[in-house]
Amino acid sequence: MLNVMRLRAVARKEILQIRRDVRSLALAFLLPALLLVLFGYAITWDVRDIRMAVVDMDGSAPSRALRDAFRSSGYFTVVAERERTAEVDGLLDRGSIRIALVIPPDFAEALNGGRAAPVQAIVDGSDANTAGIALAYAQAVVQTTSSRLRLAGAAGWPAASAECRVWYNEQLSSRNMIVPGLIAVIMMIIAAMLTSLTIAREWERGTMEQLAATPVTRAELILGKLLPYLAIGLVDVAVSSILGVLVFGVPFRGNLLLLAGLSVFFLIGALGFGMFISAVTRSQVLATQLAMVATFLPAFLLSGFMFSIDGMPPALRIVTYLIPARYFLVVTRGIFLKGVGVPELYGQGLLMVAFAIAGLALAWKAFRKDLE
Amino acid sequence: MSPKPAVRIERLSKSFGAFRAVEDVSFEVHPGEVFGFLGPNGAGKTTTIKILAGLLRPTSGRGEVAGFDVMRETREIKRRIGYMSQLFSLYADLTVEENISFFAGLYGVASERRAARRDWVLSMAGLGEHRRRLTGELSLGWKQRLALGCAVLHEPPILFLDEPTSGVDPISRRNFWDLIYSLADAGTTVFVTTHYMEEAEYCNRLALMNRGRLIALDTPAGLRAAHREPILEGRENRLEMVEPSLEDVFISLVRDAGGARED
Ligand SMILES: Nc1ncnc2c1ncn2[C@@H]1O[C@H](COP(=O)(O)OP(=O)(O)O)[C@@H](O)[C@H]1O
Ligand SMILES: [Mg+2]
Repeated sequence: MLNVMRLRAVARKEILQIRRDVRSLALAFLLPALLLVLFGYAITWDVRDIRMAVVDMDGSAPSRALRDAFRSSGYFTVVAERERTAEVDGLLDRGSIRIALVIPPDFAEALNGGRAAPVQAIVDGSDANTAGIALAYAQAVVQTTSSRLRLAGAAGWPAASAECRVWYNEQLSSRNMIVPGLIAVIMMIIAAMLTSLTIAREWERGTMEQLAATPVTRAELILGKLLPYLAIGLVDVAVSSILGVLVFGVPFRGNLLLLAGLSVFFLIGALGFGMFISAVTRSQVLATQLAMVATFLPAFLLSGFMFSIDGMPPALRIVTYLIPARYFLVVTRGIFLKGVGVPELYGQGLLMVAFAIAGLALAWKAFRKDLE
Repeated sequence: MSPKPAVRIERLSKSFGAFRAVEDVSFEVHPGEVFGFLGPNGAGKTTTIKILAGLLRPTSGRGEVAGFDVMRETREIKRRIGYMSQLFSLYADLTVEENISFFAGLYGVASERRAARRDWVLSMAGLGEHRRRLTGELSLGWKQRLALGCAVLHEPPILFLDEPTSGVDPISRRNFWDLIYSLADAGTTVFVTTHYMEEAEYCNRLALMNRGRLIALDTPAGLRAAHREPILEGRENRLEMVEPSLEDVFISLVRDAGGARED
């Protein structure tokens, strides 16, 4: 079924064609790095130096400790201190501050009494995203501070410093989450687009008829075409990872070989999917467009890269199970940030293999070598 | 005459939906002959060749190429034939040499024979000094000689050529037919379609197709002889049997068969 000589002939021919086609070269080697750098800088979930006002109606040691915790957290800049809540309204309206922290008069008393000691945060909701992040940070600061205050007990208040410890992403830098995720998302798009050209090109240029007249088999054509792109895809993953570490300072804690191994299966799946589109459309323009649409939005929006899957409506959540990037994202983030190994990624690994098989099967089904 | 026909088809038909492109065609091609396949556009020549080359499945009827069934044994057939499609279909973005190596690989030419076969094709096609040029930059005449070369890399006993010289200047056409003859001399069966009447004269036997049907099959001389027409010679008012040209024969045959298809 598989003749090595024919397989090699097909792969070698494909490599020659890629080498001579500027468009393919750019798509293969330039676009992934470009997208990574572009989106790596453009997308950020970090919010720094949020301007805030503090209304400290308690004026106690714990309330001052809480205020200082906000100051030293790095996420907030206290630009105003006021006596009454009404006084911050104007500041919010003018946009001089994004958030106001109101510490009620009984804050210290409640803490000492072991009761709940609520503080109030007033947020400028006009930018919902920033508002949400500011609130989340504020909560983190308040929580860490209050637990420290409690632990310190009556023995006097240490100067509390707000220190949010977030696992695996200590600097709370969203870039660490973004870059490995982006690698998964970008590779899905690039891989599918790469192969979307190959079979359509043979049909458009009439070379398919000559191929069909030779003893070359469907499997040899599919694999022979796939192998060069698989090598390109692996180079892309390597380059993206190096860029992630060197340019974005993302830690790489896991096993390089494990990433390479799982990438192979993910790429086979995505490349097979691109080939499937190519074989169905038989038109290069249509195939690239379709490959782009079929991978770009799902990989970006439904993989859990941009939006948390838990926060999606149930119907959409079910759809995400069909998005391969969803699983590969767990792989790249896990290997980069947590340094997880085979035991943790076992399930994802099996899904990658399943995706590879599905991609190949689709290409196989759609690709009819004979002319009918 | 010869032990086993190179091609034998029996009541072969091919429909595309309700449209009958080839209808009830039967003939044999003898080993080593140059078999000309003629007919106006839309006559079903390409469809028939594609069936014989294992690219299309016939709707009904039987066919054998090199002793293998066109319905079930297409893989065996493809190993033993060379095929040159009606449209140029080598890779324009590969060099001459790269196209040759690619097809040598697909046809499984043994590595120790590769270099010899490549050189043979280069010299046969007269492309020795253009071996590193991109195929797309070649003139059509060269492209078609290269396509022929790539189709015979594996030294197939049977060669199918679908309008190999269409659009090529007369000198290139002549060169191309010299190649066909040298292949035929070496024992290759050549099944060739053409539009050009002078090329038809070069064939050992001719099959004429019209509207998907075979309407004549004979040697060029035989066809002409069967269609001698009385011609009234001018001055002396005498009726004389004159040998018509092949073109005259074909035109009258096609007319008798209901005229060519209008697409
Ligand atoms: N795949 C196809 N689908 C429908 N009709 C076809 C197909 N291929 C050929 N035909 C029709 O069959 C007829 C014979 O075509 P063809 O064999 O190419 O003729 P020729 O080579 O003699 O010019 C034409 O009318 C053509 O339009
Ligand atoms: Mg034709």
